[in-house]
Amino acid sequence: MKIILNNRTEVFDKNNMSISEIMEIKNFSYQKIIVKLNNIIIEKEDFKNTIVKEGDNLVILHLLAGG
Amino acid sequence: MSIKGINLQDYQIKKWDYTWHPIEKGYNNRTLYINVGSKEVKEKPVSQQMKEKFIGGKGFGLRLLWDATKPTTKWNDPENEIIISPGPIGGITQYSGAGKSLVVSLSPQTDSVMDSNVGGFFGPFMKFAGFDALEIQGKAEKDIIIYIDGTNHTVELYEDPGFSKDSHLMGEELTEYFAEDEKDAKNIGIVSSGAAAEHSLIGMLNFTFWDNKRKMIRLKQAGRGGIGTVFRNKNIKAIVAKISGVQGNLNNVADMKKITEPGREYAGEMRDLDDKQNQMKKKGTANIVNVMNDYDLLPTHNFKYGSHKDATKIHSDFLRDKWFTLGINDGCWIGCAMQCAKGVDGFELRTGPYKGTKVIVDGPEYETAAGLGSNMGIFDYRDIIEANFYCDTYGICTITWGTIMAFIMECYENEIINKEITGGLELNFGNADAAFEVMHQCARGEGFGKIAGLGVRKMKELFAEKGWGDPQFLQDIGMENKGLEYSQYVSKESLAQQGGYAMTNKGPQHDEAWLIFMDMVNNQIPTFENKAEALHWFPMFRTWFGLQGLCKIVWNDVTPSDNKLEDEPHKIPKHVRNYLSVYEGVTGTPLTEEGLIRQSERVYNFQRIFNIRRGFGLRKHDAQPYRAAGPVTVEEYESRAERYDEQLKELFGIDPNTKSVEEKMAMLREYREAQYERLLDAVYERRGWNKNGVPTIEHLKEIEMDLPELIEIITPLQ
Repeated sequence: MKIILNNRTEVFDKNNMSISEIMEIKNFSYQKIIVKLNNIIIEKEDFKNTIVKEGDNLVILHLLAGG
Repeated sequence: MSIKGINLQDYQIKKWDYTWHPIEKGYNNRTLYINVGSKEVKEKPVSQQMKEKFIGGKGFGLRLLWDATKPTTKWNDPENEIIISPGPIGGITQYSGAGKSLVVSLSPQTDSVMDSNVGGFFGPFMKFAGFDALEIQGKAEKDIIIYIDGTNHTVELYEDPGFSKDSHLMGEELTEYFAEDEKDAKNIGIVSSGAAAEHSLIGMLNFTFWDNKRKMIRLKQAGRGGIGTVFRNKNIKAIVAKISGVQGNLNNVADMKKITEPGREYAGEMRDLDDKQNQMKKKGTANIVNVMNDYDLLPTHNFKYGSHKDATKIHSDFLRDKWFTLGINDGCWIGCAMQCAKGVDGFELRTGPYKGTKVIVDGPEYETAAGLGSNMGIFDYRDIIEANFYCDTYGICTITWGTIMAFIMECYENEIINKEITGGLELNFGNADAAFEVMHQCARGEGFGKIAGLGVRKMKELFAEKGWGDPQFLQDIGMENKGLEYSQYVSKESLAQQGGYAMTNKGPQHDEAWLIFMDMVNNQIPTFENKAEALHWFPMFRTWFGLQGLCKIVWNDVTPSDNKLEDEPHKIPKHVRNYLSVYEGVTGTPLTEEGLIRQSERVYNFQRIFNIRRGFGLRKHDAQPYRAAGPVTVEEYESRAERYDEQLKELFGIDPNTKSVEEKMAMLREYREAQYERLLDAVYERRGWNKNGVPTIEHLKEIEMDLPELIEIITPLQ
């Protein structure tokens, strides 16, 4: 499927993936993140059961680390 | 050494009495001047203009250093100074992270202005003793100890009767000497360096803090830029401050409630959220070692790569589960809820002069783990912790040392240097034993260790002069800018971070701007205009901590649970509002976010013009080594071939299969170097500077910093 992830077009092999699956593929391991799917905030406990579909706009905002 | 029988009064060479008065809303309104050569000691008034334009901390340091030196003053001239200043908020205990000091001097590495921030007790204690800054000038004939006695209100200078050189010993000896009993040890703050600072240009300063649980001193470091070398060049062995105790309101703040309320809320965030976020209390800043590896940002083999298969061996969980002592108060200043100054207890050293001794090691923090670990191809915390200890006690910066050794190892593997040059040491990546020996040599002032202690820039010059290696290659892989070594993040895939490093005033340290996630991962700042805005706001915001006596980690390493609802969550707006409240609480003066940025802009522009005054601070000095921007070697390109090929396809519409790796590298380089130049243009414009990186007169007027001495410097460059 093709989605917008952090303002970039991303293509994944599967359709209808959970946010957790996408994060695993992208190796997004940082804990301090804000996730919005189609501009709606998704809480951490819902990452596993929230499904991202073709054409969705997913933002996984990493807050500052380091420095 | 044993301190039994020593009476420093027998060694006294100067005693100066002063009248103590309480701090008024964060300010003593005077600074302390000591000339260790002439033995002159005096106080200087702090003018209203100095407070308005320079605030405190780094601002005071820069102002005093400008006035004390000429454009031609060298780092080892007696007139060079070391200035230590905490800032008006410094020393409060009701909001976390308020024990920082800024140290300012002319650097032996950059030949220009250096600033370095540090925790520990000395800065606040000096302030409570009666002074907003300590300004040290001159050069003593013999090793001396400076004692600021805030209990009897005297400043005394002693010849050194022979205290140990290395900080872990000297800190204990001086604490034992000056404390009346064990309970009094918490009232002592010490600044010292170590043996390697005497034989290198990269010396750092240790600031002690008393660990009441462990009943021993701990060390925090003003690491960057070689100020420890200046310290030892002035023949200063240590500076000690003593007070009669920390009480609730020594700063005599204007409105305590404005501090305690956000302070309590912040402490609650640490209590409730830290374990689910960065685990600062359990891992310290090293919590991001594995995160950086996951995001291809962990410097490996001299910044060639951003990750490594063996990096799992230095996952931060090992620090939490195996090395760090947990459940213990690890704050480097009183009242800090972050508690990130982690320590390794009972660590048995296996090399060097203290081999077999069990010691406490302060750290490793992230930069140390990456610098002394992955960047040198070392993936064993035992080795990293040992190197951490020796860097600290010898008085050299772990960040600097890591980048130096990584450069040396790459030169060795490329046969630019060999065993004949290194004195038989096989300095391949990963050879921890050989790397230890270089450090011990540096502390002894011997062999190849002396060359390493010159730092990357001077090594590049030396190697080129000797005909060792291609000067262009050395320039490309030598990770320094302005003469200062890079800190430990891979900036290749983040144009904004390239600017965040190479456009800094002092050299590539991450304390001005850390934009990698915003730029590379979040894609929040895609345009040059966006990047320029970030490279204005973040450096200015973070400069402010250094004016006030505050720690920047406290701002961003825990995030309020409702931060996601904020318009600009990456700025952690609630914490910004906390700072505005704390500032008003201390000084009594309301401050807006715009006003905060303005305070920093004035000092930031002053520092830029200070660099210009010394022959630096122009566009050409913001140039970066190419490794900071892209792949220098074929193996580097191939390690990210998919990413680079894709970029070339997108940018130039070429089929990567029709080009050789060398051709593709050349195309990528041309593109990335041009992008960086465009970034410079955009950021200079946003900062109110001309194309050459010089602040414009109009901008100085706008920020009310059009001081005559600044206008005089920049007028010919408009």
